[in-house]
Amino acid sequence: MGKRLNLENTIRGILLLFSTAALVILAIIVVFLFKEGLMLFQHTSVTDFLFGHKWIPAENIYGAFPFIVSTILVTLGALLISVPLGISCAVFLVEISPRWARELVRPAIELLAGIPSIIYGVFALIIVVDVLRVPFNLATGETILAASIILAIMILPIIISISQDSIDSVPRIYREGSYAMGATDWQTISKVVVPSARRGIIAGVILGCGRAIGETMAVVLVIGNVEKLPLSLLDSGETLTSAILLEMGEAVIGSLHYNALFCLGIIPFLIVLVLSMLSSRLITKRVSRFE
Amino acid sequence: MDKENKIEVRNLNLWYGDKQALKNNSIKIRKNHVTAIIGPSGCGKSTFIRCLNRMNDLVEGVKITGEVSINNKNIYDKDVDVVSLRRRVGMVFQKPNPFPMTIFDNVAYGPRIHGIKDKKKLQEIVEKSLKDTTLWNEVSDRLDKSALDLSGGQMQRLCIARTIAVKPDVLLFDEPCSALDPVATGKIEDLIQELKKEYTIVIVTHNMQQAARVSDYTGYFLLGELIEFGKTKQLFENPKEKSTEDYITGRFG
Ligand SMILES: Nc1ncnc2c1ncn2[C@@H]1O[C@H](COP(=O)(O)OP(=O)(O)OP(=O)(O)O)[C@@H](O)[C@H]1O
Ligand SMILES: [Mg+2]
Repeated sequence: MGKRLNLENTIRGILLLFSTAALVILAIIVVFLFKEGLMLFQHTSVTDFLFGHKWIPAENIYGAFPFIVSTILVTLGALLISVPLGISCAVFLVEISPRWARELVRPAIELLAGIPSIIYGVFALIIVVDVLRVPFNLATGETILAASIILAIMILPIIISISQDSIDSVPRIYREGSYAMGATDWQTISKVVVPSARRGIIAGVILGCGRAIGETMAVVLVIGNVEKLPLSLLDSGETLTSAILLEMGEAVIGSLHYNALFCLGIIPFLIVLVLSMLSSRLITKRVSRFE
Repeated sequence: MDKENKIEVRNLNLWYGDKQALKNNSIKIRKNHVTAIIGPSGCGKSTFIRCLNRMNDLVEGVKITGEVSINNKNIYDKDVDVVSLRRRVGMVFQKPNPFPMTIFDNVAYGPRIHGIKDKKKLQEIVEKSLKDTTLWNEVSDRLDKSALDLSGGQMQRLCIARTIAVKPDVLLFDEPCSALDPVATGKIEDLIQELKKEYTIVIVTHNMQQAARVSDYTGYFLLGELIEFGKTKQLFENPKEKSTEDYITGRFG
């Protein structure tokens, strides 16, 4: 008896230690990021930083607007492609496809989610960029659109698997209720099943969106990396995270440039923080007290 | 006489995979009457009632033989449109299953999927259906609120309202009161009495008193077989079969 209790206490202690460690690490990262980043504002105003069009480290001019716009465009583009595709794919897998197809696709999707992002980047660099260049008659295929496409492929597994789970967990009695009133398959899916699963689907989209904003390696390879304001999906651009990746090597530690790069990092950090809070609220919120 | 039979079931057999759940059942269900189906758990009551609107088609691996005629037309004929069949033969389930949408949208769901778009028409239908199910006074001021916030009894009446909103002519109830308290149950029973003026009703119940209270005819199932069928009063007061008597007097098993 006493021995088992001891063991339990030890395990509990270790678990507690690890979970506090995670919190402490998070806190250190936040403090570090903000401490280094916010120093920029002793030199540059917040408005100049957020809305300035020029980013010239040599002259200590730090306007992040082109990066912000690139990031938003890339993410929106990726969502535009992956959301309809991902939701239809999930609906197909749960509601329509035969079981063997489902069992074939599920591990494939999991595999897709596990591929390192640099591999996606290389794939995009070799194939997507070329495929885009010819039909759109571009000087280079390294564009926002290319980054969007590759991000869309990368976040598809997240959107599909979360949507699939939440469509799967729509109670059978909802479907039966709909069929019993003479609804067709399609009416039941589009008017009852998908709306009932919408919380989970939205949560999946938000998670995917967070992933897209944070993704760096694949994007940096195909977006062209020019520090100018992109005007369309077919322009080249540079996202917040790719700017950090590309410039951190040359920035002198403690310099204004260094602070500015941290400041760039704060933006996706805050966005992802808000998004993940949103999605966890959506997931835990009660759907019905009868479930 | 035959004209009064709304539903005629002839030699109905059903298998789930290779397990036979209904064995050669024949039964005639009277128009504008309430027919109760009773029997011990697992005897095939739900399976039977779900044959009447072909809900069993949704179950994988089901095989059905025999005939179910509604208005003298076999609903298992090849040319039957299941969607319009289910529209005519509505079903209310054991567990209240309002959709996670507003009360109004729940009741308007059926009419909408059958093509009614006119707002005023929809409002009329919703109001009438809710009045017919005695729910109107309780919910008229919160039609735009979620149906999931209603009480269990209200939800079940909402499900009935939703079902009658598409104007079926047969109503199937599969243990509609088993999740409800006696007051809510009483309301549903009163409602069934009211509804039988317009609808032919088949109700599955575990509750013998309920069967005796609400139904005109009763069928007793055991292990997938219809053991006895007749006028409710006669079946309860003077059962022909020994096993029926055992069941209704609670000496079963
Ligand atoms: N989808 C299914 N697949 C396989 N077997 C089934 C299925 N549904 C029901 N059965 C079996 O068929 C038999 C009849 O089931 P049914 O649900 O019709 O009984 P019931 O009389 O409604 O019982 P209860 O009173 O508990 O609701 C049972 O033995 C059950 O296990
Ligand atoms: Mg049952």
